[in-house]
Amino acid sequence: MKKKMIQGLVLALAVSSSAMAAEGRLLATGGATSVEGSAGGGLVPWAVISGYTEDDEIGGTVAVTRAQVDDYRLDVTAASFSFRNRLEVSVASQILNLENLGTELRQQTFGLKYRVAGDLIYGDLPQISAGVQYKRNTRYDLPEAVGSQRDSDWDAYLAASRVWLAGPFNRTWLANVTVRATRANQFGLLGYGGDLNDSRELQVEAAAGMFLNRGLAVGLEYRQKPDNLGFAEEEDAMSAFVAWFPSKNVSLVGAYVDLGSIAGANNQTGYYLSLQASF
Amino acid sequence: MYKFLISSVLFATISLLPGQADARDDSLYQQLGGTAGIEQIVEDTLFNSIDDRRIRHHFTEVDMVRLHEKLSEQICELAGGPCVYTGDDMVKSHTGMGVTRADFNALVEAMQLAMDDNNVSVTAQNRLLALLAPMHHEIVGL
Repeated sequence: MKKKMIQGLVLALAVSSSAMAAEGRLLATGGATSVEGSAGGGLVPWAVISGYTEDDEIGGTVAVTRAQVDDYRLDVTAASFSFRNRLEVSVASQILNLENLGTELRQQTFGLKYRVAGDLIYGDLPQISAGVQYKRNTRYDLPEAVGSQRDSDWDAYLAASRVWLAGPFNRTWLANVTVRATRANQFGLLGYGGDLNDSRELQVEAAAGMFLNRGLAVGLEYRQKPDNLGFAEEEDAMSAFVAWFPSKNVSLVGAYVDLGSIAGANNQTGYYLSLQASF
Repeated sequence: MYKFLISSVLFATISLLPGQADARDDSLYQQLGGTAGIEQIVEDTLFNSIDDRRIRHHFTEVDMVRLHEKLSEQICELAGGPCVYTGDDMVKSHTGMGVTRADFNALVEAMQLAMDDNNVSVTAQNRLLALLAPMHHEIVGL
């Protein structure tokens, strides 16, 4: 795992130092890497396409993320490939360490996102993208035991993102709204569908942020989640983040996250850190 | 009543015309350092642009002195300063140049660096870029 992460970072740095680096878009317009590998904030996939690819450029990102809350630790390794300012293909591997039980849950997510219309900054229409995420549990004993109905599933979402260059206080602001059809339990880490509900529901996810300068943003995210399993209540997730983009090659996100109740353990709050390299 | 309606509509129309009803807001012009400040920002923007391998080819056959003069006028006027833009409209002046979306962004970055170098505040930078961004569709892809 660690070896894979290091290989990924070395590869990204090697590629990003070459002349091929995509740099056709403005700083921060590729967002960060969300926990499922799609470009976005931390908890929410946004309409933005990862990296800085514009016109005919190709590029991508690699990212490592850790979220540490009271009773759990989530580690994510993710990579994305982007083609023009149009298509994003992503993969993410998640490990949720259940510290009190001495065991872990694992999930892989393969994502596809397509910019359907509009633009993040220019023109009249916000950037609108459609995406799918195929998810599978690579360890399924625990999800099955608590009532999950299957070990793999699809999420589909529609997202709209917009930037106002001189919004309130003449600061640059960003807003994103995502509507997702899903039956994933705890992002899918506890399987898909449950004894209480086994059909996909529409969930609303949102983000808003303000740039203090063009490389530093603060904001909030909210993610509504289904509540499919009878053994424990599932709650919505929230975060307050600071995102730093020192260059188009690297970004760092730090956040306070509130993941609510997870598998019977209440008030799971803690920190979130995500480091991304773009090329 | 009818007359009152007409005069109300007329008044409303006049007050919506930019720079007509109320005193001209020149705060952005002032924040950019007035005419001298804007001319310096434009000069630095153009130097940054011809230093940028991504977009320098657009400037090889351009009269840089004239471009500097027209761009300074345009920004001065947009910012509420006492200038009148005397150049061509954006579509006419960019037709045939083949400015790509990436080129446009590179020019934005050249201007951001120029404004940094001239100590223009973040909020003033945002205001100017917000005035220029709507021209995107009149410049790109022609």
